[in-house]
Amino acid sequence: MLNEWFPNVKWDSMWEATMETLYMTTISVLATFILGAILGLLLFLTSKGNIWENAVINKIISAFVNIFRSIPFIILIVLLIPFTKFLLGTMIGEDAALPALIIGAAPFYARMVEIGLREIDKGVIEAAKSMGAKTSTIIWKVLLPESMPALVSGITVTAIALVGYTAMAGVIGAGGLGNLAYLEGFQRSRNDVTIMATIIILIIVFIIQFIGDFITAKLDKR
Amino acid sequence: MISIKDVKKIYSSKKGQVKAVDEVNLEIKEGEIFGVIGYSGAGKSTLIRMLNGLELPTQGSVTVAGNEVSKIKGSKLRKARQEISMIFQHFNLLWSRTVRENIAFPLEIAGVSRQERLKRVDELIKLVGLEGREDAYPSQLSGGQKQRVGIARALANNPKVLLCDEATSALDPQTTDSILELLVDINERLGLTIVLITHEMHVIRKICHRVAVMEGGKIVEIGPVLDVFKNPKAAITKRFVQQVTEPEETKETIDHLVDLYPHGKVVQLGFVGESAEQPLITNLIRNFQVTVNILQGKISQTQNGSYGTLFIHIDGEAEEVAKAIEFIHSQQVGVEVISNA
Repeated sequence: MLNEWFPNVKWDSMWEATMETLYMTTISVLATFILGAILGLLLFLTSKGNIWENAVINKIISAFVNIFRSIPFIILIVLLIPFTKFLLGTMIGEDAALPALIIGAAPFYARMVEIGLREIDKGVIEAAKSMGAKTSTIIWKVLLPESMPALVSGITVTAIALVGYTAMAGVIGAGGLGNLAYLEGFQRSRNDVTIMATIIILIIVFIIQFIGDFITAKLDKR
Repeated sequence: MISIKDVKKIYSSKKGQVKAVDEVNLEIKEGEIFGVIGYSGAGKSTLIRMLNGLELPTQGSVTVAGNEVSKIKGSKLRKARQEISMIFQHFNLLWSRTVRENIAFPLEIAGVSRQERLKRVDELIKLVGLEGREDAYPSQLSGGQKQRVGIARALANNPKVLLCDEATSALDPQTTDSILELLVDINERLGLTIVLITHEMHVIRKICHRVAVMEGGKIVEIGPVLDVFKNPKAAITKRFVQQVTEPEETKETIDHLVDLYPHGKVVQLGFVGESAEQPLITNLIRNFQVTVNILQGKISQTQNGSYGTLFIHIDGEAEEVAKAIEFIHSQQVGVEVISNA
């Protein structure tokens, strides 16, 4: 029946494209999580009234985050072509999409991390200080665990955005479902291929959302 | 144990300078329960935060358990803080950790091994009476239980000083009493020095040995709790003392009673210490030809004795009434004749 409804879909290349999309998403989500958490922590810690209060560093990071958050992704990919070439020696393929994906998503996630950290009760940080905790202890044992539900729901939203970004990256040659839908579906007017690629992307998004919600609910003991 | 010398804390804002703490000098002895009372904005919060270096004085020095907290920094300060614990009005527990893990947190900070941590946490849970709740999360506990976790956590590293920042202000009266009893118990058993700040005279009355009254960043009155109750000097102290010794609406009630008894005298008696425990009224009726009618009264226990007020109406021959009042005077009981009918 599937073959009747989707006569032009080549299942092996559809499968391959799905794997490419999952690969790009997974790697970029992991890197975004780490990079975004670091940037978010820096934004939080250097803000007014916090442990590393420093207006200059705060402004610099804030400006960096705002700039990269504001550039439309499709333009960011183009702008980063020289950087990607320098880094990987090519601008084609899944790996070539990664720098743009990470640089596009990490600042976005950093803001979410910052918001999550701001929601932590100041009193809890003060309590840890009063016990003689070092800054590293406060980060690892207070800030990160106490904001973990916000960090996880934030990375869920970011991961879904990244699935969309991979499709866009696909259009300029990064592979994956976006690439397939564009080349095989749109340019050859085979709508069934485009629709199938869309369905698979939707399934990926639903699964990410489900896993994210599940983990957030498990972590949240409030 | 604690010595505060010429301490000033000035906050500068756009509107000008605010003196949160102004020229405060204070000595607190080892094993003492010392209370600081004042309305919000009196500077008591800033003062207690200077004792563990969460706030630094603009001027002056703060020494706690041999460490000049206002001067030391870095790892020395962190080490010192392990000996100066603090409990908070809103408990400040980590919601992501269970009761056991919350109490273990300061032990992790101090670098205690896992095995010893578990042992110590079990002791502490027993000490504060939380057996059976070890694996609960803070959100599953009542306010009183949360503060017990806070206290257990504060005691984990065997501190020398316990700072209580409005520790009972978010609790209902009954829970407040049980937490206060726990603090007295800890003070007696472990010989811990306790400094607490509050706006409730009830708390001071119940557990403190000495009290300082703060207003506008200054200490306006200081002394043993019973002395302050007996003889409050500053106007603000009188108001705080009234919170405890006089039942609410006393003034209205007494005015009403004065109207009600046109003859004889309405007298307010103030008892302090031992005199509160003598059968004064019995002696009065046995020895004088007067009738005594008890109108209203209250006796409160403090850590160094009891303190009470009693309103009575004495009626009879004017001469006998005068003699009776003379007798009360001789019994070292404060007498104040409210009105002549």
